[in-house]
Amino acid sequence: MRELKILAVVVFFTLVTYWGVEPFAHSQMHKHVESENFEYKDLPEVEKGDIAKGKDLVMSNCTACHSITAENMPAPMDPVTSGASYGVNPPDLSNMGSVLDPKYLAAFIADPAKASNVAHKFTPESGRTHPMPAYNWMPKEDIASIVSYLQSIAKPIDELTAKEVFVESCGRCHAARYDGKVLGQKWTQIGQKPRFKYEKDSLAFDIKLLDYEDSLKKYMGKLPPDLSIIIRARGEHFLKTFIEDPQTQLPGTAMPRVGLSEEGFEKVMQHLEDIGDPSKPARDALGINFLIYMAIFTLFAVLWKKSVWRKLH
Amino acid sequence: MAHFSDAKPFSEKWLDERLAVKTLKRVLSQEYWIPKDINFLWAMGMILAVTFGMLLISGIFLLMYYKPDVNLAFDSVNYTIMQEVGYGWLFRHIHGVAASVVFLIIYIHMFTGIYYGSYKKGRELIWISGMLLFVTFSAEAFSGYMLPWGQMSYWAGMVITNLFSLGSLELNGLVEWIRGDYVPGDAFLSRFFMLHVLLMPLIIIGVIVLHFGTLRIPHVNNQEGAEIDFDAEAEKYLSGNTKEAKIIRFQWDFLAKDFMVMAFFLFFFFYLVFYHFEFAMDPVNFDPADGLKTPPHIYPEWYFLWSYEILRPFSKNVGLMAFGFAQVIFLLLPFLDRSPNAKPAHKRGLFKVWFWVLLVDMIILSVMGKVPPEGIFTTIGFVAALTFIGLWIALPFITMAEKKV
Amino acid sequence: MSNTNRRDFLGMSFAAVAAVGGVAALAGMKKAWDPLPSVKAAGTTVVDTSAAETNVMYTEKWRGKPVFILKKSKDMVAKASNNEKARDVIVNGEHFLVCIGLCTHLGCIPAYRADTENFLCACHGAEYDQSAINTKAPAPLPMKIPPFKVDGAKIILGEAGDAYNKMKEAGVLGSTPLDPKA
Repeated sequence: MRELKILAVVVFFTLVTYWGVEPFAHSQMHKHVESENFEYKDLPEVEKGDIAKGKDLVMSNCTACHSITAENMPAPMDPVTSGASYGVNPPDLSNMGSVLDPKYLAAFIADPAKASNVAHKFTPESGRTHPMPAYNWMPKEDIASIVSYLQSIAKPIDELTAKEVFVESCGRCHAARYDGKVLGQKWTQIGQKPRFKYEKDSLAFDIKLLDYEDSLKKYMGKLPPDLSIIIRARGEHFLKTFIEDPQTQLPGTAMPRVGLSEEGFEKVMQHLEDIGDPSKPARDALGINFLIYMAIFTLFAVLWKKSVWRKLH
Repeated sequence: MAHFSDAKPFSEKWLDERLAVKTLKRVLSQEYWIPKDINFLWAMGMILAVTFGMLLISGIFLLMYYKPDVNLAFDSVNYTIMQEVGYGWLFRHIHGVAASVVFLIIYIHMFTGIYYGSYKKGRELIWISGMLLFVTFSAEAFSGYMLPWGQMSYWAGMVITNLFSLGSLELNGLVEWIRGDYVPGDAFLSRFFMLHVLLMPLIIIGVIVLHFGTLRIPHVNNQEGAEIDFDAEAEKYLSGNTKEAKIIRFQWDFLAKDFMVMAFFLFFFFYLVFYHFEFAMDPVNFDPADGLKTPPHIYPEWYFLWSYEILRPFSKNVGLMAFGFAQVIFLLLPFLDRSPNAKPAHKRGLFKVWFWVLLVDMIILSVMGKVPPEGIFTTIGFVAALTFIGLWIALPFITMAEKKV
Repeated sequence: MSNTNRRDFLGMSFAAVAAVGGVAALAGMKKAWDPLPSVKAAGTTVVDTSAAETNVMYTEKWRGKPVFILKKSKDMVAKASNNEKARDVIVNGEHFLVCIGLCTHLGCIPAYRADTENFLCACHGAEYDQSAINTKAPAPLPMKIPPFKVDGAKIILGEAGDAYNKMKEAGVLGSTPLDPKA
């Protein structure tokens, strides 16, 4: 009995210390941000539009900068030159219709800086404008048609791999060293780095990448961080609220609100888990077996101890 | 010259003639008498040995793949070991969680010693060697934390080495010498790698042997602090009266209970390794080290927080003196406690209050050491730091006034 | 069961359970020594033979070892023995020698002599013919042919294709002695 009391005291003080040093202290360091589950409450609804009209509009307004591989339309420039011209390589539009929320897509086309919450970067005083022009001169129905067209050519989100969604949503600004079969053949902002036989070719690729990153640094203010292990460095809740609206976690940041749909976000999270914490499934599975073994081990330890101490009590 | 018979090679007699194995067995297990009146807290020593063993073995496997170079260290841990090496993630999790949990057990073990007076009357060297183990384990933990070369590694390294400028003495040359560079860099990482992997483990093993050695003759303490006539009790035990004898054998009586407590511990430990490890593997250290960007919150590992907080509320020089005081004062416990009683705290009047106030005060210091130093937290931390110093100054007076029990 | 027997039995059982855990731990530790995925991924090398000149020895690297690539001339093929021809790797109609460039005596790298169309190992004087079959002691065996697969003008080292498997069945890879004149 006394031993149980002593155990209770030890457990109590351990838990108090744990609470104070972990949950309590962290709540003091980071205020809690509530997620809105990608509802984009601040954005208006989008009507259904005319797909054919949308296609015409896209072909005449967008393909000067954007590639659409789903329609065999290549990019007008290579990524490095695009980066030098616009600051960042404009995304391919094939899957924007399923990866992004339609309300966001419409709002973004109308006013990119406003919809992505980076208007604070492109004030008149700054002398800078968003690389993509605003289309708010277009009638609302036309923008709706563009959205409908983009939705029609997009692969359903279920058919996209987690990596594909990551590449479309994040990969033009963020590199991921760990995203590749081996270290070295990594995801870079200009594409997956292939295996080069000759050092010279590998260095040539690296120089192109550095040029792109220079343009990106100028455009963003600093180089967006490598996302290889961000899942463990920030955790799911932070990433969810951050991606939803970066300004809620890092006010004044240059990172745009991405406008992912909820399913798009789930895929991005899946990819971040795959590259940053791939041992999680094995860990969860082995853990159960380990604990079952430890329970059996403890049982035998207790039985043996009791039998040894029978003659001592 | 010793006498050597025709005993069969490697038989017990043959080994006894050459290595005195029979005497060793008698002294270290069969007739190593332990008091019977003990509780599960007496198993903390064994748990520490097992946890140290796990650190050593998991460390060996990490050592196979870790690269002590500022450009390679982070990825060698977070990619090669965590993602490529077979069970690398498991070795890393075991190592990180064990490094944190070992200090929980050290503190429980330490406070058990304080509570039951196991640092008095012949046991002073056990206490001192134990506190030396606390210091060496702290150095081992700090040097180990540098190795992943994450943001916390770098900035903890920066802050703690800056302490050596000794405030107004401004010994910047000394700080640079410790680092081998102006800032924590490659030289800093390599030397702490050497300390963590070779020098500190050797010293720790030596002090552990000393710790065991200083324990043997005074014998293990018991729950009531009772004086035991070990020879008389041994006779009772050996004649078969094991139920009434006040002592037990180390092997297998004491060890059986040790193993049982250890089993419960390991269950809890592995639960943490697999499912609840963030307290031991802080997210901030999963950002690669960046000398040009300080994280918004820097803090040491939880077991250093009380000590860190004693430094914080005071001005630079006073803080350093308080910090130095805190590091050494525990070593002086056997000599500051002036009472004649080697008894559990609940039998020692005011000392019982002293004990619980000290424990609660150190917990408060730990929590304050972690939260941002603002508003009411600074006040609480200041009061707690003063309380800590006050407690130790009061100890000789409290214990001098203690009546003999 | 008497107390002592029960105690001993439980002690033994406990030890057995602990041993099971110990063995599992050892198995995990063994896996930590296994070659890493990145090492296994680097296990193939692709050689492009389109620019290869005749009777010029090229050295490629495969799994850390040198591999000799030698395009044989029509004359060399004409005067080759059956064993020598059996070891030829045919790429787009051309005959190549593809072998691990290590002397089978003690592992030095032999030098190719274009004028005499054979190999000489500087370490102890061993010699090999145009198909790397040993012709002079102390070389005990022909230089070994690595797993290969022909893909158009490319040779993929590290993958066993049909031609390699045929050589394996014919026993000409170099693990057994061969008569250079047969």
